[in-house]
Amino acid sequence: MAKADLMDYDEALQRFEVVLGFEVHVELATKTKMFSDAPNFFGGAPNTNVTPVDLGLPGSLPVVNEQAVRYSISLGLALGCSIAESSRFARKNYFYPDNPKNYQVSQFDEPIAYEGEVEVELPDGTVFRIPIERAHMEEDAGKLTHVGGSTGRIQGAEYSLVDYNRAGIPLVEIVTKPIIGAGALGPELGAAYVSTIRDIVRSLGVSEARMERGNLRCDANVSLRPHGQEKLGTRTETKNVNSFRSVERAVRYEIQRQAAILASGGTITQETRHWHEDTGRTSAGRPKSDADDYRYFPEPDLLPVVPPRELIEELRLALPEAPVALRRRLKAEWGFADLEFQDVVNSGMLTELVETVQAGASPQAARKWWTGEIARLANARGVEPSTLVSPLHVSELIALVESGDLTDRLARQVLEGVVAGEGAPGEVVEKRGLKVVSDDGALIAAIDEALAGQPDVLAKIRDGKVQAAGAVIGAVMKAMKGQADAARVRELVLERAQA
Amino acid sequence: MTDTASLIRLSAADLSVKLGSGEVSSVEATQAHLDRIAAVDGDVHAFLHVSDAALATAADVDRRRAAGEPLGPLAGVPIAVKDVLCTIDMPSTSGSRILEGWVPPYDATVVKKLRAADLVPLGKTNMDEFAMGSSTEFSAYGPTHNPWSLDRIPGGSGGGSAAAVAAFEAPLALGSDTGGSIRQPGAVTGTVGVKPTYGSVSRYGAIALASSLDQVGPVSRTVLDSALLHDVIKGHDPRDSTSLRDEWPSFTDAARAGLAGGALKGVRIGVVKELNGEGFQGGVKTRFTEALDLLTAAGAEIVEISAPSFEYAISAYYLILPAEASSNLAKFDSVRFGMRVVPEGGGTVEDVMAATREAGFGPEVKRRIILGTYALSAGYYDAYYGSAQKVRTLVQRDFAKAFAEVDVLVSPSAPTTAFPLGSKIDDPLAMYLNDITTIPANLAGIPGITIPMGLAAEDGLPVGLQFMAPAREDARLYTYGAALEQLLEQSWGRTLISQAPDLSSTEQHAATEGVI
Amino acid sequence: MSDITREQVEHLAGLARIALTADEIDTMTRELGQIVDNVAKVAEVATDDVPATSHPIPLENVFRPDVVGETLTAEQALSGAPDHDGSRFRVSAILGEEQ
Repeated sequence: MAKADLMDYDEALQRFEVVLGFEVHVELATKTKMFSDAPNFFGGAPNTNVTPVDLGLPGSLPVVNEQAVRYSISLGLALGCSIAESSRFARKNYFYPDNPKNYQVSQFDEPIAYEGEVEVELPDGTVFRIPIERAHMEEDAGKLTHVGGSTGRIQGAEYSLVDYNRAGIPLVEIVTKPIIGAGALGPELGAAYVSTIRDIVRSLGVSEARMERGNLRCDANVSLRPHGQEKLGTRTETKNVNSFRSVERAVRYEIQRQAAILASGGTITQETRHWHEDTGRTSAGRPKSDADDYRYFPEPDLLPVVPPRELIEELRLALPEAPVALRRRLKAEWGFADLEFQDVVNSGMLTELVETVQAGASPQAARKWWTGEIARLANARGVEPSTLVSPLHVSELIALVESGDLTDRLARQVLEGVVAGEGAPGEVVEKRGLKVVSDDGALIAAIDEALAGQPDVLAKIRDGKVQAAGAVIGAVMKAMKGQADAARVRELVLERAQA
Repeated sequence: MTDTASLIRLSAADLSVKLGSGEVSSVEATQAHLDRIAAVDGDVHAFLHVSDAALATAADVDRRRAAGEPLGPLAGVPIAVKDVLCTIDMPSTSGSRILEGWVPPYDATVVKKLRAADLVPLGKTNMDEFAMGSSTEFSAYGPTHNPWSLDRIPGGSGGGSAAAVAAFEAPLALGSDTGGSIRQPGAVTGTVGVKPTYGSVSRYGAIALASSLDQVGPVSRTVLDSALLHDVIKGHDPRDSTSLRDEWPSFTDAARAGLAGGALKGVRIGVVKELNGEGFQGGVKTRFTEALDLLTAAGAEIVEISAPSFEYAISAYYLILPAEASSNLAKFDSVRFGMRVVPEGGGTVEDVMAATREAGFGPEVKRRIILGTYALSAGYYDAYYGSAQKVRTLVQRDFAKAFAEVDVLVSPSAPTTAFPLGSKIDDPLAMYLNDITTIPANLAGIPGITIPMGLAAEDGLPVGLQFMAPAREDARLYTYGAALEQLLEQSWGRTLISQAPDLSSTEQHAATEGVI
Repeated sequence: MSDITREQVEHLAGLARIALTADEIDTMTRELGQIVDNVAKVAEVATDDVPATSHPIPLENVFRPDVVGETLTAEQALSGAPDHDGSRFRVSAILGEEQ
């Protein structure tokens, strides 16, 4: 396929107005699936996590998971939505091998939550209000693996294998209204929006929201129109956007791609596109033909959901703080400078910091480790920092440094051990014998040995050349494999010099 | 009394007494019915599958009874199961080629209840494919023949269950009723059948046709027998969201109350003008009028009821059903179960799906899927499906008005006697009219029963009378149905079914002409 | 006579994934036309003031607790499969040559 022409980004924005839309799917962390009592977990041998309902076997019937409804209501409230007095499920009819009934039980004209708004803060501090059209409940599809073909992608595959373990996992789909007026900030806004959704669902405890695991999925809709035109342009929907950064890059790419087509007199095909992280491009997927007439009708096997007012109020009272408000409060409480705090937010580790501080660490120490060493290790492996180590372990590590049991350098070694799965920081220290030696006796013995090799150091120090101590300190640190507090060694050396 | 001929003539209630007293063993009773099946089912073709576990199940019941274990009233009684129900030990085809040989990995809830009550499943009965039909001629496995006249239809879609019971191959059967599939076969085979209140019997494991209309129900030769079976299968099922949580009274008691005499005194019985016989066969109308006279003589008051929305009921039904069915049948796509047809030269999975469904579905099923797809498609929803759901509201309102004035409604259960095989198969619309009296109850969700009301003079074939009661008042069907059954049998001096031709004689054979 | 066309029936057959033959399309176009003529009268009485009923017996808030139940074994799950590789269902290629 020929590489698409891209218009320069700034020029594209000059010539066109960008309208965005996002559909975010959140996988709920219930114990069981949406409509069956199979367990809701990630992994497991294929087709071992299914009931007749999840396979769509003839005669099977769905039954709604009560907890999924509660989580959905909480999420709707956190999005600033109204909760429907009466909400119904509907069948979305389409054929696809990962769709066990060849219809998906979803919601159509009576979603559980509607008309909301989410505050999103950009790195530079600008705050946008994203209008939410609706949030509705639905079930996930199975997983297809394509075999044959060169890339494991669907094109050119000889056959496909289907695993229905994921079929029926509860999802909430959050749909924004058209987002207008973001201008050049559109791509960043997209990334920030998805990150905000992630923070919301994690603070609610309704989802683990790990994009890399598919707990949180984003489809980005982009359309362009000439400035001043009221009618919306044709939009494309881009899928397979698996990280915040991808959201930003995909949106930017689509803006540039569409601008180039429109500027040359072409038209945009309404279609679903696929984002390629490796090449930084979108490619055309299946065209959205009118063969996609979903023939929605109310699900006859399920009854309306009529949430009692008391339940809604109970869930509303239990809502945690909204992310933007939370961030303002934390920045003030922690006393971080603007840039320091932005750094944390941008790296998506705010929740980790909060939890680390809750476990006892100081905010600055937490920040130093999460945005420093842990982020470095994570980047090197291409994973999210939160997957490497838990906030509890980080706070334990920080405590060990603050108590003097570890130096910074030793702590980094311990961290590697924790990340490698050797256990909690305390356990790694034991196993690897990394504790700082605090016994003065041992230090003095080491100093004596070092001095034996450098007899004139003490004389130099008495002469006022204090920096001569460095050679001894170095020798001691080397002999003790770094497991000594260098500052204490220096003190002892100087004391000896006076003695 | 252990010879086949007598054992198979027993009602389930009478057999249950003999089993309980030890006079007869379940193995004897089961063997007798298996022998009967072997003797006559070549002609009747009620069964698609005969269980090879029946005798073992029966033996186990006998053993436990002998050991003094307390058993339920129907323990050890054989039963036939409509092939629409999933059975973990027998194929469940729903009368379709697309499910040929498919053995489900689970039992329907009602089948579980049967087993827990120690009934003995004899096998799976024939039906119109996916329960779409009124004659069982749309079965992919060949039609069932009416035991009263083997060249005639046994009704549908549950012709197999009704014929099995009418031919004394089983004392009881389970059926399903979406628009009359239990009641209409009951009428044309001279047997009893009940469609319970929607939601009172679990649909879990019943292969779905139209989710908002389907109900599983009992098929038998007597009202008391249906009541006994209904008591086993009724009740809330957490696996079926549409299942009602109500506590149900004993339907057995309700039937016995009807047999105790005087049950019809002062009962107000409504006759629905719109279901009262315009275009109906003469013999149907005659026997119906006579039945009304009997009811009046027994102290009931007949009231004429008007239900104008019923004129639209068939139309609404033939929009709602195909729409829901088109969606319910989408799962038959060659991927997870059932038939797979690969087009010559291979093809994409879409090609395989389309080829499979083309080969695996019969003409009536395809017709209704296409019609249903049309009714739901963009731009047509409001006029068709949406409007049909409104007619449903009007039908419910007419019933509500009627039941404010009367205790039950009555009508003929079918407009004609059993018609010859092949005579309506090329005329879908004519076929749809068979359900004119039974459809309203499904739309409204209210219960209905058919009981034999006599033979039509012009052809000597059975005709049935339908009682309908308000939702949740299934007990009234059993009380008044049993009462009328008793009155009719008294007036005949015998049961209706005893007048059916003897199938084991050499004169009756399935005609080879005209059989589809 | 209703205006169901052959093209419509072809389109519907596509939506429903049934590879109807040309003869079947012809027959069905005629039959559907007759049926639809007959059933279309529901619109006559379906006025705006009449609500739709999708469930015959009104119920609401039917739920199950979030408690794990029994699952099928993979063997049971695959037991009806026309084709599988021992752990997953197998289907032929999902798209055609293009795309």
